[in-house]
Amino acid sequence: MAYPYTHEKEVRVLSRGWGDPRTRTLEGWKAMGGYTALPKALEMGRAQVIDEVKASGLRGRGGAGFPTGIKWSFMPGEKKGAHYLCCNADESEPGTFKDRELLRWTPHQLIEGCLIGAYAIQADHVFIYCRGEFFEATQVLSRAVEEAYEAGYAGKNILGSGHDIDITVFAGAGAYICGEETALMNSIEGRRGLPRVKPPFPAAVGLFGKPTTINNVETLSSIPHIVNNGGSWYRQWGTEKSPGTKLFCVSGHVRRPGNYELPLGFPLEELIYDVCGGFREGRSLKAVIPGGSSVPIMSATDCEGCTLDYEGVVEKGSMLGCASVIIMDDSTNIVKQVRRMVDFYAHESCGQCTPCREGTQWLSRILVRIENGRGTEEDLETLLELGNQMTGTTICVLSDSAAAPVASSIQKFRDDYLALIRRGEKVGAA
Amino acid sequence: MSEFTQPQETVTLTIDGREVTVPPGTTILQAAESTGNRIPHYCYHPGLSAPAQCRLCLVEVEGAPKLQPSCVTQVRDGQVVHTASEKAKGMRQGVLEFYLANHPLDCPICDQSGECKLQDYVHEEGRKHGRSREPKRVFGRDDFGGDVLFYGDRCVMCTRCVRFMNEVAQDPRLTVVERGNRSVIDTFFEDGVDGSPYAGNIVDICPVGALVSKDFLHKARAWDLDHTPSICPNCSQGCNIDLHVRDNRVQRLKPRANPEVNGHWMCDYGRHRFEWMNRDDRLTRPLVREAGEARPAEWGAALSELLERLEEARPIRAVASPFASTEELAALRRVVDALGGGEILFRSPEADEEIPLPGFPQLARRRDLSPNRRTAELLGMERVGDAQGRGGLESLADYTGTLIVLGDALADMDADFGRQAALYLYLGSHPSAAAGQADVVLPIPTFAEQEGTFINGEGRVQRFWPGLIGPEQARPAWMPLGVVLSRLGVGNLPGSAGEAFLAATEVLPELQGLRHETIGTRGAILNEPVLLAGS
Repeated sequence: MAYPYTHEKEVRVLSRGWGDPRTRTLEGWKAMGGYTALPKALEMGRAQVIDEVKASGLRGRGGAGFPTGIKWSFMPGEKKGAHYLCCNADESEPGTFKDRELLRWTPHQLIEGCLIGAYAIQADHVFIYCRGEFFEATQVLSRAVEEAYEAGYAGKNILGSGHDIDITVFAGAGAYICGEETALMNSIEGRRGLPRVKPPFPAAVGLFGKPTTINNVETLSSIPHIVNNGGSWYRQWGTEKSPGTKLFCVSGHVRRPGNYELPLGFPLEELIYDVCGGFREGRSLKAVIPGGSSVPIMSATDCEGCTLDYEGVVEKGSMLGCASVIIMDDSTNIVKQVRRMVDFYAHESCGQCTPCREGTQWLSRILVRIENGRGTEEDLETLLELGNQMTGTTICVLSDSAAAPVASSIQKFRDDYLALIRRGEKVGAA
Repeated sequence: MSEFTQPQETVTLTIDGREVTVPPGTTILQAAESTGNRIPHYCYHPGLSAPAQCRLCLVEVEGAPKLQPSCVTQVRDGQVVHTASEKAKGMRQGVLEFYLANHPLDCPICDQSGECKLQDYVHEEGRKHGRSREPKRVFGRDDFGGDVLFYGDRCVMCTRCVRFMNEVAQDPRLTVVERGNRSVIDTFFEDGVDGSPYAGNIVDICPVGALVSKDFLHKARAWDLDHTPSICPNCSQGCNIDLHVRDNRVQRLKPRANPEVNGHWMCDYGRHRFEWMNRDDRLTRPLVREAGEARPAEWGAALSELLERLEEARPIRAVASPFASTEELAALRRVVDALGGGEILFRSPEADEEIPLPGFPQLARRRDLSPNRRTAELLGMERVGDAQGRGGLESLADYTGTLIVLGDALADMDADFGRQAALYLYLGSHPSAAAGQADVVLPIPTFAEQEGTFINGEGRVQRFWPGLIGPEQARPAWMPLGVVLSRLGVGNLPGSAGEAFLAATEVLPELQGLRHETIGTRGAILNEPVLLAGS
């Protein structure tokens, strides 16, 4: 039993408590073995904690897949002023809905991970930046933070260790760009959510100008398990380079969409046809976006033999990102789908960098024209070139994200575009 | 190596095949600029923070995976930078095309045309044809208050104006509202930037025609304007400015960068007080009083008359103006001294308070509203009258000795002024009722029409150049006064403003060792006369 649905192939480490209202309370969570990792970590010492996380091979679950232990070791070893840990709970990537569930079902798992992380990087204060629309999740989390304070896990002198770690739950105002780590810091500081130029990197100059580490909810939620069981235990799942379990958010044209916790390296086809139950009667696979809307689209051919780990997806020309698998069957109008995503990016662009501010809107307008049968074949070349001009030329990667699905869809589904363009020609001729 | 001689650290890098050596911490853009290699940019401005958001200054740095924003990327030893490689140029072309996707291209009716960075860059490196076929975004026009008008459609979103108001004026009245393609500069307040004393600078730093001056709107095309380096005459700060002149009329004043004095800025008080330079009612010819009536005379005749009557020994007093040049004031001092010495009075307007620029503390609109009071004081002239520059001359109205007035319009004096004087010489630019009794009236050009120097409040000698052509017969006062001096056997007649400046050293030891040529466009600090005397 569990959380609305489950599958026997799942490995439920992070999602173990989902669906059980007791896990939301401190008592319930302790009954499930919670808050044993924090005292253990305090006993291990921070260097050992970082080593254990390094040994586990845990990679950042926010999308970039950067090894967490290494990220933590970028923080200054000698503490000169405040250090901060930010938990990025601004989950806004289209197709992603794992952090929301972690927040609303297992808030204490996250809090424990935050406290261990803060201890490891010598942070005095943890900011959990929640997406503005997550009303329920923010409430559940805030209640859990209060409980953690009452129980002495957070606040002054935690568990009598002499360490002070505060936790602040911060609700965003609903901008996608605030999920970008430097925009997130600006937002917490009370500024416009604009990404900052890097360097300097957050580990040197971050929140309020102090050394800061930003980790995803899923990443931090994995920490207590790694501390409790050790890095090698975590490596029993996944591949050499992508160890551990991962929450896959599956949406689209499958019979059983949803969150599934699976070991990394899980075959994509098995996810689609077995775990998610395949397509509706008479429908077949057309395309998959494996890692949230920012990554290149994969065609049905690309999906053959694809394994869902960071390297496996790259091999097939896309990226695992935050493992938000959007599955489309053959009824999908790819151009419309891409236009819909580009519209999202055009709406969410912060407007700082010219290629992104002007480019996202331009792409969208061309796509609208093509969709309505008023496109030309030159438009495809223009789209590709604009996409190229938008890639790698801006402060953050929102611009790259908008360009990726356009370029990959033209490359892989050119016929879909041409069909719309030619239909328009016929309409024009008649 | 002694502990007092620290090694001057430098970084050597290669930009476009050319070795450049600069101090550490310099950005690639600055390093390139030091060799005359101007990398296109919008959001970067030397007086503001650099957000690196326009993405136009991206350059190729060998070893870096992506193009780097040169405005924030610091130089490193051995770095190899390409600003004109195919990749860098291609990207600039791309970025420029993005700018044009929504730009109205209304250059024919845009005030910025001719001095517009978008126009320049696109002409230099842009695509021949834009590919955008989409309808353009429209924001329309907005009144930002004060002298500032905003054309949203032309804006390139560099946010220089927002950063100027936040960082330099520290009067945050502008902001970016909305985001993405809908971003637009706006103000939260009903009055916009009205009343913010340095707001005019946002028009100067706007690289395109988005922010324009209402006063200058549609007055002149940029390419029809002659730019002449000058000094703002409206207070003792002595901001370096350019006179922008068309048809022998000053059309606007623009700040000229001088890090020691005004940075890149000037105040609106100074900026908008130039109309008097364009006055048409002028003293155009020398006048000599004959049989109780002022009659036009040739310069030769006027000077003969003057010299003839000066020779009688009698007491002398004079009135000077702190708006006259150092050369002119010094010549007056020397004439008065040569004729036996006497009191020289001057009047100068004063404001109630300074108007500081918080983000650039050297600069403030000073209380002293005249450009050259420092010179008058150094020459031992005595300030009289009130804060409006009026009064204080009552004792001179019936003076019976030799009376010389230089530059003061005597607006508060009546037509009988100087009637009793044995000789009344008036040197001025504009007709004045109180000059009616003058025996000799000599027309002099305004500061905008002649070459010379002012000494500002902090003791910096600064040069200005003639931007306007004055009346044909007008001569700088040091010229006729020089004639008097040479006639009296004190010195030679100076042939130029530069020579007049050297002659001024006689009475201004603080100028010793300085020459017009060495002062240049940046100015020079006065010498300490005490030190000179001691050496």
